[in-house]
Amino acid sequence: MTTRKFTAFALTAALLLPVQAFADKYIIDTKGSHAFIQFRIQHLGFSWLTGRFNTFSGSFEYDEKDPSKASVQVEIDTASVDSNHAERDKHLRGDDFLDVEKYPKAQFVSTAFSENDDGTAVLKGDLTLHGVTKPVTIDVEHIGHGEDPWGGYRRGFEGRTRIALADYGITYDLGPKAKELELILSVEGIRQ
Amino acid sequence: MSNTFESAGPVSSPENHRVAIRNTANRYGVVAVFLHWLVAIVVVGLFILGAWMTDLTYYDEWYRSAPDIHKSIGILLFITLVIRMSWRIVNVRPDHEPGIGTLQRQVAEAVHWLLYLLLFALMISGYLISTADGKPIEVFGVLSVPATISDIPNMEDVAGKVHWYLALVIISLASLHAIAALKHHFFDRDRTLTRMLGIRTHRD
Repeated sequence: MTTRKFTAFALTAALLLPVQAFADKYIIDTKGSHAFIQFRIQHLGFSWLTGRFNTFSGSFEYDEKDPSKASVQVEIDTASVDSNHAERDKHLRGDDFLDVEKYPKAQFVSTAFSENDDGTAVLKGDLTLHGVTKPVTIDVEHIGHGEDPWGGYRRGFEGRTRIALADYGITYDLGPKAKELELILSVEGIRQ
Repeated sequence: MSNTFESAGPVSSPENHRVAIRNTANRYGVVAVFLHWLVAIVVVGLFILGAWMTDLTYYDEWYRSAPDIHKSIGILLFITLVIRMSWRIVNVRPDHEPGIGTLQRQVAEAVHWLLYLLLFALMISGYLISTADGKPIEVFGVLSVPATISDIPNMEDVAGKVHWYLALVIISLASLHAIAALKHHFFDRDRTLTRMLGIRTHRD
């Protein structure tokens, strides 16, 4: 195909495309580690214990003109749990908690997104953990977006939610103050 | 005075009552006997403690202390085994009982060295669980054994599996070893068991 023919073909193709804004797709920047999936849970009701999952991947779509179409999906490698204590992590991976051999993946797939005027939003979706899928509602804060210094375009959010461990079939007794944990999802996506 | 003391109590042949520190061609010395039974009791004890403590729940009184005790004793066992192997190398090994064939001697020898090897592997795997994040192991709060290899992904999980299966293999081998000793005692009626108990019988 000559250059001229190709240009004509490309122009025709562009004109034939429906006039519709496509939501931008963002890949969560796990390579550069600008994304964190953290949890915190109370230790006996005396303090907060923080941990995180080191390995996960995901993407989101977001269109500024129509944020309600935004969607996100994240897949977490459960064996990557890290609470800065090897013996505790071993316990967390075992069948008292995550049972990572049986359930190596956890995932979140969004079902709805509604943005408020103040930069906050509510993200609904299904969280699959320990083989159980339950709907969760995540409070989201739109942190920022724009061009990065290296020619890319980035957008980031932070989400928080609480889940009850027993809802996901994790019933090991950590005490009455540790029946629920907080999930804190900090994600930065690079626009594709 | 010394005469009075020496004549006190029933006297049998002094040859029979002399307790040798070192091994002889015929018998185990008191050190070898002591180290053998110390290791035997500690290995079985640690196996029971380990199996029990891993099933404790969070609110158990022993949830925190049992693993600390297990690790502390494990480190002391390592030191004891190094001493025991050194003692074995610098001592003569008493001859096998007459009537034990060449093949059986070779198997016995192989199993003994295999037990040593597996015990060391067991202790190293246990050490690698607890030091996987670079933290040292505290031995009863007086000795701190630093981490060496650490921060390999999922190191504590792999080391944990190895530790558990090695423990099962060792307890199985040790059971065979004990059954074999009983077989020598009750069926072959030789001194294999009594000389490791450090006692003399009419079989001597």
